Amino acid sequence: MADLRPDLRPDLLAILDRIEPGTRALDVGCGDGVLMAALRDAKQVDARGIEIDGACVERCVAQGLSVVQGDADHDLTFYPDGAFDYAILSQTLQTAARPDHMLAELLRVGRRAFVSFPNFAYWRMRWALASRGRMPVTRHLPVTWFETQNIHHVTVKDFEELAGSLGITIENRWFFTREREIAGGGANWRAEYALFEVSGTTG
Amino acid sequence: MSPAYVHQALTLPGPLPLDNGQALEDVQIAYETYGNLAADKGNAILICHALTGDQYVASTHPVTAKPGWWERMVGPGKPIDTDRYHVICANVIGSCIGSTGPSSNHADGTPYGMRFPVITIRDMVRAQVALLDAMGIARLHSVVGGSMGGMQALSLAANFPDRVERVLAIATTSRHSAQNIAFHELGRQAIMADPHWRGGDYYGEQNAPDSGLAVARMAAHITYLSEEGLTEKFGRRLQDRPDGQVGERAFGFDAEFQVESYLRYQGSGFTRRFDANSYLYITRAMDYFDLAEEHGGMLADAFAGHARGKGARFCLVSFDTDWLYPTADSRHVVHALNAVGAPVSFVELSAPYGHDSFLLDVPALDRVVKGFLDG
Repeated sequence: MADLRPDLRPDLLAILDRIEPGTRALDVGCGDGVLMAALRDAKQVDARGIEIDGACVERCVAQGLSVVQGDADHDLTFYPDGAFDYAILSQTLQTAARPDHMLAELLRVGRRAFVSFPNFAYWRMRWALASRGRMPVTRHLPVTWFETQNIHHVTVKDFEELAGSLGITIENRWFFTREREIAGGGANWRAEYALFEVSGTTG
Repeated sequence: MSPAYVHQALTLPGPLPLDNGQALEDVQIAYETYGNLAADKGNAILICHALTGDQYVASTHPVTAKPGWWERMVGPGKPIDTDRYHVICANVIGSCIGSTGPSSNHADGTPYGMRFPVITIRDMVRAQVALLDAMGIARLHSVVGGSMGGMQALSLAANFPDRVERVLAIATTSRHSAQNIAFHELGRQAIMADPHWRGGDYYGEQNAPDSGLAVARMAAHITYLSEEGLTEKFGRRLQDRPDGQVGERAFGFDAEFQVESYLRYQGSGFTRRFDANSYLYITRAMDYFDLAEEHGGMLADAFAGHARGKGARFCLVSFDTDWLYPTADSRHVVHALNAVGAPVSFVELSAPYGHDSFLLDVPALDRVVKGFLDG
């Protein structure tokens, strides 16, 4: 179990810690399945994935994971209500066509959802934009503005506000900078990225 | 065809009920096996062949002397590893490589011909399950199939959900489209327009409807390839002329373009190993295939036996250049499986060869097959 962990990003590690053993989880944008494999091996979670990149899906299937190649913007609608205990959206919200719809869908198919995203109000981002007047390219957002898949840049405050307006309850929040968890104070400018555990209004 | 060759076969102990309401008596199923069956019989993999395939999945074909049609996939240490698994591959009913079909003898001692009942994919699957019963195999480790084989894999999962743990369906569909039916009708009409077809009663005659069958095969073969693949392989290149002139137009109707002689070669080779009536019956079975219709119109209902992960695990694979059973067909199945909460994987692989990609060298397919079966 311990040997699975060093490979995991801290937000994924936090998700792994929170998820109850033997539950059902859907990892939306699961990449090459590193979290799913950890959930399966460490917690006997029935983990399913959606991933748009065929090469990633192929690597998942080759590990015996159940992953469907598809576009989360469209394909979540094919999953029944409450099919999963958890829906996970790690570092993908900012690529969704409509992040608000995506959140609603996550909490339709899952009882709870974990959502992590890069915080665009992180001070280094602000500094880069303010001082150089250009869209920042950072370790965490390494692609130039015209190539990036991130079409909806979001901040910690934005997300909390959106959750409030959608009637979504924030159960837990974690903040990370330089791959380490940091305390929550001043997260909107101190956190490089954030992880939220949310639940819907109807439970 | 070589009726002289004796294929390994088993006669079903009872009549085989058919979707058309009749039952087929004394059904013979020809099959091949590879690898050893475990003591608990838990390592059996059923491989279902495509329209014109047969049971010689990983061994030399006795008629054509060619290697097995999936030799690259099935064998010791290969993705479907016969050191681990007991692989069974049976010739479908209606075919002509040893299983009961229109060329088999009726109870009156003469070949069925068009007296053979029209069968369905589900009938083929019933026969496969009857074979498994005879072998004492209650539950398959996996059922695997591409194209029509994939239809059987899905049909087996839908109709016999307790009989299988893993379902791998490649380059296939849950129902035949109007376009699919149209191409098959073209082939059937070519066969029936051949004067040697004689209403299907040509067995024992000097000539069989080989011209019609060859045309049917040529038309079908085009649907198995991609435009990109054909262009890459042949382009508009001309054949060398018999008088040695290279790439000159002869202003006639012999096979001038290389693609023409390729198709003619495919067509004529096919008539040596396949029966025209079998082609009629099997294409008809595929045309009738509509898994949703069999289950009240909702495809998800077809997979009710696998709801909430209590049944089999599924994996669907499509190829981006397959226009016969395009990716949307596989996605349709995936969505139905998701709707009932069945564990399902799906990947669209990139390959230039069109529908036939599942038979050709696509290393990503090998990895997916191995990962899914062993995982």
